[in-house]
Amino acid sequence: MTIRIENLSVTFDDFQALKSVSVTVGKGESFGLVGESGSGKSTLLRAVAGLATVSAGTIEVNGEALSGSRRSRAFRRAVQMVFQDPYASLHPRQTVDRQLLEPLAIHGIGDGERRILKALDEVGLGSSFRFRYPHQLSGGQRQRVAIARALIVEPEILLLDEPTSALDASVQAEVLNLLEEVRGRHGLTYVMVSHDLGVVTHMCGRLAVMKSGEVVETLAATDLAGGRMVSDYTRRLMVASKGFTRETEPG
Amino acid sequence: MKPLLTVSNLSVTYPTRTGVVEAVRGLSFELGRERLGIVGESGSGKSQTGRAIMGLTPPPGIVRADALSFSGVDLLAATPSTWRDMRGSRMAMILQDPKFSLNPVMTIGRQITETLRQHETISKGEARRRALEMLKAVQIEDPERVFALYPHEVSGGMGQRAMIAMMLVCGPELLIADEPTSALDVTVQLEVLGILDRLVRDKGMGLIFISHDLRLVSSFCDRVLVMYAGRIVEELATADLAGAKHPYTRGLLDCTPKIGESRHPLPVLERQKEWAA
Repeated sequence: MTIRIENLSVTFDDFQALKSVSVTVGKGESFGLVGESGSGKSTLLRAVAGLATVSAGTIEVNGEALSGSRRSRAFRRAVQMVFQDPYASLHPRQTVDRQLLEPLAIHGIGDGERRILKALDEVGLGSSFRFRYPHQLSGGQRQRVAIARALIVEPEILLLDEPTSALDASVQAEVLNLLEEVRGRHGLTYVMVSHDLGVVTHMCGRLAVMKSGEVVETLAATDLAGGRMVSDYTRRLMVASKGFTRETEPG
Repeated sequence: MKPLLTVSNLSVTYPTRTGVVEAVRGLSFELGRERLGIVGESGSGKSQTGRAIMGLTPPPGIVRADALSFSGVDLLAATPSTWRDMRGSRMAMILQDPKFSLNPVMTIGRQITETLRQHETISKGEARRRALEMLKAVQIEDPERVFALYPHEVSGGMGQRAMIAMMLVCGPELLIADEPTSALDVTVQLEVLGILDRLVRDKGMGLIFISHDLRLVSSFCDRVLVMYAGRIVEELATADLAGAKHPYTRGLLDCTPKIGESRHPLPVLERQKEWAA
């Protein structure tokens, strides 16, 4: 088991963002977290990364029990995160080259030149993007840089927090394809947060539906697509994601 | 029947240091009392179109058109005072995020009554009564309570309902909704659309629904204009969506992952230069 989360609770002041959540994600699996805003899906992801303070419960990654917000260097190399907004997650005054060099420097990995070129090539950007600043890139290109930055330390697990919801539909397709391709090539484990059921069922084998800090239901993507869900809430989400249906005209 | 809104050869341009940016290029359409969708990706000019119709193109933008008229009023020649009379009472606009489009230091009730008292000579009590009635019409359960709340005290869905109430309280003939539900959760999104749909139908308004979501728009509107690089590339009755011909429209429809489909990798939109020509 790669990630095992048991009875995890996260509290912000007097607000319980996560209420005793248990989730396990196997090695090489792509796991989705779905829910509406405030459901705790991002908080769960952030708790794994050590970005949210855990008040109760345990998180175990690759057999290593994690406590508080401290993470070992091995963890930081094995687990990388990609955030929602590519406009906010890159340093505005650093070139792509400098941003990709940073994780290498932190982990004391040499051979920067070759790795940077390889990482850029892997996300389909090419070396001409190496010395550009984020404002010279489109949203999709920035998200590619963010993915390259995550991949450059050769992680095993990627935590993806709404990686495509700030992008146009056509760009979203490109980035989703890239993520799938990269996962296939390196055998990565994905935990992906999204509010879009279409995206999650496309990308993930299993998913957990969350609502007000609790897991409502964990099911296989094929079961969701086939309408084999247990909870009413999941069904409601499913209906809502199909688009607007007009109530019949009165009279 | 005379159309409610006539747009002929509309262009919106922005002079910049590196040359003129053409946000909207030669757009023409007519709108009756119907639901029209305008769909496109970021930078397609869909929002700029909506803003130009409302006279809200920010400087240094320049709006040009052969004709831009709204129920007999020539919008190109409108003076600031004509605009003030029209906006809010005869034409109204709903923006994406209630967090930014409501006044944060005014209660919701005061913002609604302000609209009313700006356009009609009515007493305070009457304005309050109408505002409460309108809040009820957007399915707010406890209108008295929400009337006294500030925007930060309500949820996104509630804020957007208040926004709709404010925009419709004077009974406009034209409503422009620019991504009215993109900031909302899916289940709330449908409730808000349901309310909007009912009000538009009951009041017989013309609606322009601007969105990036082709599927959502087509489930809501009668007719859709698909925009690319400032132009209309295709116009469709929503019933014919499946028969879309333009490769861009087809590409937009194909590239979103849908539940219950397995397409790996997803088809990607190959942009052609001639689409923008």
